[in-house]
Amino acid sequence: MAHEHPPLHHAERGKRATRILAIQRLLIDKGVITADEVDDIIERARERTPADGAKVVARAWVDDAYRARLLSDARGAVGELGYRLSHDAELAVVENTADVHHVVVCTLCSCYPTSLLGPPPDWYKSFAYRQRAVVEPRAVLREFGLEVADGVRVTVVDSTADVRYLVLPRRPSGTQGMGEDALADLVTRDSMIGVAQARPPKP
Amino acid sequence: MPAVHDRGGLPCDEPIDRAEHEWADWEHVTNALVGVLRRHGLINVDELRRGIEAMAPAEYESVSYYERWSASIETLLVEKGILSQAEIDAVAATLAARWG
Amino acid sequence: MGVALQAGDAVTVRAAEVDHHHRTPWFIKGKAGTVRRVHGAFPNPESRAHGGDGLPKLRLCQVEFRQADVWGTGYRGADADLLLADIFEHWLEHS
Repeated sequence: MAHEHPPLHHAERGKRATRILAIQRLLIDKGVITADEVDDIIERARERTPADGAKVVARAWVDDAYRARLLSDARGAVGELGYRLSHDAELAVVENTADVHHVVVCTLCSCYPTSLLGPPPDWYKSFAYRQRAVVEPRAVLREFGLEVADGVRVTVVDSTADVRYLVLPRRPSGTQGMGEDALADLVTRDSMIGVAQARPPKP
Repeated sequence: MPAVHDRGGLPCDEPIDRAEHEWADWEHVTNALVGVLRRHGLINVDELRRGIEAMAPAEYESVSYYERWSASIETLLVEKGILSQAEIDAVAATLAARWG
Repeated sequence: MGVALQAGDAVTVRAAEVDHHHRTPWFIKGKAGTVRRVHGAFPNPESRAHGGDGLPKLRLCQVEFRQADVWGTGYRGADADLLLADIFEHWLEHS
């Protein structure tokens, strides 16, 4: 769906900002790339939001066979809903249950399932999250407002290579009979990273 | 001692800062340039990471996320002979003068 | 490289220190874990990062570690807690 994006925001430009804009200018002037190619990728990047991942999760909540396919062959399963992943990053989905809670981090850089969630939040790329999530996940989750009970296993997924990880959060209670669109509204970005649960339904 | 990017488990007592910022124009451009250059087969993501990891540790730790990408893109384009440091310097100086 | 790794295999991550680009975090080097899943074969980042073609592709394994084994007493969590990391096969040895 095409829609108008607000104009890009001009912040104060530091040295690196100036140099990358100089590089853009030179690459275009020399014919290495075109301005349209850059604009095209900027627009497409802005169209990707966590709403895409939320639709995948909602489908998995209502359709057990789909959920099984999503867990075993995520690329094929999201393809069924029309989502095409970048050719050079694989996708895997890990499921939160009553017994295990998954949370995703990339300690080496910032690997993230951008195809389904859009760009990662700043905190996901921060040194504090990259350093702490892997060694004290329960304390980090507590900061996000999520207390994981002692009897529930916390599994940290360090996204170290070519696979991007999406968390399938638990379906909230009190959502029997809700349709997929209403369910998708309960699925937040943070719940698909694993630092939150999906939202409870409005009473 | 682990390399500067290999940060899992390093001591840190700071809380997670959950504030998010709106991308500036140059951050959109930096992100998109990587996509375009990859599409043309001129750089790949492993090279981008290697260029980031080659930054001086003090710079890696003091600059922002897309500033690291910007530094790596420059390293790779110069290394591959696609652009020269001198021409980037010259255009950057012109842009900086224009923006004051 | 020996016999191909499969889900369920007990493995140890090589403790090598290397200067080139690689995707094995320091804190699992030398640690023992279990292969949980083999994702398939991907170009070798250690070659591609330095101008190579990344071939032959290497199998990428999702390896499960007990957090208590990775961090020892430094781990702040429950004994059952786990860490999953994706490690290329040439970093793994059968234990």
